[in-house]
Amino acid sequence: MNACPLFLAPLNFIDSLLVKLGLAPETINYVVWPLIQIGVVVTVVAVWVAYGTYLERKISAFMQARLGPMRVGPWGLLQPIADGLKLLTKEDFIPEKADRWIFFFAPYIAVAAAFIVFSVIPFGPDWAVITDVNIGLLLVISVSSVGVLALILAGWSSNSKYSLLGGLRSSAQMVSYEVSMGLALIGGLMFARTLSLSGIVTGQASDSIWYVLYQPAGFLIFLISGIAENNRAPFDLPEAESELVAGFHTEYSGFRWSLFFMAEYAAMVVVSAIATTLYLGGWYFPFVYKLEAAGLHNAYVIVSALVFLIKLSVVLYLYFWLRWTLPRFRYDQLMDIGWKWLIPAALINIVFTAFSVFVVQALDAGQVLKTIEDTSHGLNLTGAGKIVMIVMGIVGLLLTGGLLSLVNWRSRDFNLKSQRRNIRLVSVPSGVSAVNSTKPATAPNEV
Amino acid sequence: MHQVEIATTQETLLDSPEMVLNMGPQHPSTHGVLRVVLKLDGETVIDLDCDIGYLHRGMEKIAENRQYPMIAPYWDRLDYIAAVSNGLVWVETVEQVMGLDVPARAHYLRTILTELNRIASHLLWLATHALDIGAVTVLLWALREREEILKIFERQFGARLTCHAWRIGGMTNDAYDDFDVDVRRFVNNFPKRLDEYETVLSENRIWLSRTVGIGVISAEDAVAIGLSGPALRGSGLAWDVRKSRPYAAYADMDFDIPVGENGDTFDRYLVRLEEMRQSRRIIQQAIDGLPDGPVSAKLPKVVKPPAGDYYHSIEAPKGEIGCYLVSDGSAHPYRVRVRPPSFVNLQALRQMCIGHLVADVVAIIGTLDIVLGEIDR
Repeated sequence: MNACPLFLAPLNFIDSLLVKLGLAPETINYVVWPLIQIGVVVTVVAVWVAYGTYLERKISAFMQARLGPMRVGPWGLLQPIADGLKLLTKEDFIPEKADRWIFFFAPYIAVAAAFIVFSVIPFGPDWAVITDVNIGLLLVISVSSVGVLALILAGWSSNSKYSLLGGLRSSAQMVSYEVSMGLALIGGLMFARTLSLSGIVTGQASDSIWYVLYQPAGFLIFLISGIAENNRAPFDLPEAESELVAGFHTEYSGFRWSLFFMAEYAAMVVVSAIATTLYLGGWYFPFVYKLEAAGLHNAYVIVSALVFLIKLSVVLYLYFWLRWTLPRFRYDQLMDIGWKWLIPAALINIVFTAFSVFVVQALDAGQVLKTIEDTSHGLNLTGAGKIVMIVMGIVGLLLTGGLLSLVNWRSRDFNLKSQRRNIRLVSVPSGVSAVNSTKPATAPNEV
Repeated sequence: MHQVEIATTQETLLDSPEMVLNMGPQHPSTHGVLRVVLKLDGETVIDLDCDIGYLHRGMEKIAENRQYPMIAPYWDRLDYIAAVSNGLVWVETVEQVMGLDVPARAHYLRTILTELNRIASHLLWLATHALDIGAVTVLLWALREREEILKIFERQFGARLTCHAWRIGGMTNDAYDDFDVDVRRFVNNFPKRLDEYETVLSENRIWLSRTVGIGVISAEDAVAIGLSGPALRGSGLAWDVRKSRPYAAYADMDFDIPVGENGDTFDRYLVRLEEMRQSRRIIQQAIDGLPDGPVSAKLPKVVKPPAGDYYHSIEAPKGEIGCYLVSDGSAHPYRVRVRPPSFVNLQALRQMCIGHLVADVVAIIGTLDIVLGEIDR
């Protein structure tokens, strides 16, 4: 590690200490450092999740003209810790009629599925990513879909009707929305030309663009499906508290319940991270590379990681914002949106993106317009190519919306605005004045 | 428990046995201790039955052992959300039986305060109804406005919820000093707040898709069941006790009756919102035309209505609340029977819910605006 500011000295110190301890460089590079990274990431994510709940409570409080947690610590900052302690020390209660083993393990599956994904998330360049798998995105999708299993198992094993309904809803919902989520990602991949998450970010960084500009439709589809996939409002049907009490985790309490809670927030962070990585440029931010050029490598990595966290928080805020603003969909409406809107939209998006990539390539090959710079890090476009692609992206968004409206315009839910009625005001003449009248009450049959 | 009917008109999928889901009495959105037994095919409701009585306190029987003025506080506990209106039906019944000459100022104050109570009740309905459908923020916004009304109640009656607002013959106290100011401030601020709710809900696609066409009840069925209040007006009938048999100072007030068309949840929602606007109009007129004078009639030492059967009803926020009184000429009523609007309105639940999904049952319970204290008495 080269010249670095004082606050990064510990990293170098640990490195030299490990060498002094007599560990081989391979062991240090492939065992010790990854373990340290995993420890850091798990800690950061756990704290993030805890303070995510705090932020959500504060944000919802400000939206609702109240203060939120204020009692534990200054501005209630220690509230998540107090909550965590409370949940950890509660009785570990398993209902008598529950399927004990499945009930026991379901929360662990949920948490594991949510946390494993963090191993491939590129928090920043170089050492800020635990491992860069060349099928990273595929791994994210496949591992996070295991989370559904936890919900179904929890719903089934609780042996409660509310839990069962919640589990059924979640299985249907998550299976349907994973389809559109996966399809939405394909559009972005056509530009990145790699499944490696770091590769996707490098592609955007070397092109100095965010793929959301090329893929507005894909980004929207991904976000909506992501929110639905996470069971968050307005798609929080599996745990709709007003209908199913608490859905799949009705029978859970204490520590096990908090695991589900953690899994939910971790899954939210995952989806926000993927959205950031694929569409919002990941850790890439203009001019940050100048730090690297100035020789401050570690500072560059850390600033990039902060950029990533800030972008992630913005997406996460969207979750909170939606949750505290919108009412909840009904089960059948949810399925309608998934199958009648999002999946066709994702398919149209794939075809149209492929078409626009073809157009750009044809323009370049026909030497009409120099559009493609090089293809070593994904599809790098020139200024003209970028403009063409952005215009195509907007056209794609409008086209997708237009086509789907055409298909769905007869459906009941599409025409709701026109179904919205105004009520009549009837002016009825009033009866006899009752003020100061001593008219007795109507007496049906006087005794 | 009532037996859920086995014979159904709808065939279940794959002949699988239906699932019977017991919703309540401990359930977050049955608005108290209502127990609903649902028979489900998947998530579709094919039959349901209500089980009530978990909050039975024997109010009507207690009333037989109390002197007439002592009964009023019990009536506050029927529909504790609209205690002021409920108190009014009792004192007005006795006043009319006795032929008491209640001063105009008392009538006007009663009008103002019951209308404030109507707004408070509708706000709580809006809050819980929106919460049931998943819009959490509206809950706290509506409670914020309700708080202002409760503060007026606290200053006037000394209590926020169960106020014991009225006495037979009028009121114990005149309006407090700043009553006029407080009420006017509320009246001026309220329309803006109401528009906020409309922005969040009425224009919201999800809200529309959750309420339009849900829990439809036709005008004929509504009359056959005996619905009253906004539940009846949502189906298109302009019937309001404040207009048809005016009491207090309503005959002097100029207001309209909002009426829906389709009788679905969305219409009832609009009707209640408009009712809040009309209530505001009434309060405005009443506070402008508030006469001076005493607030209580001259009363005999012991209230002893002449023997006979009497019925009097007023328009409570939930519908027509009636009081059937059998007097034997003594200081205690021989028998009192309350016609609770929530109880009658709840009878429409089965008809409204069948064929809808579980999520709609919650929405329909919300739109009926029931209070279990009134249903079970």
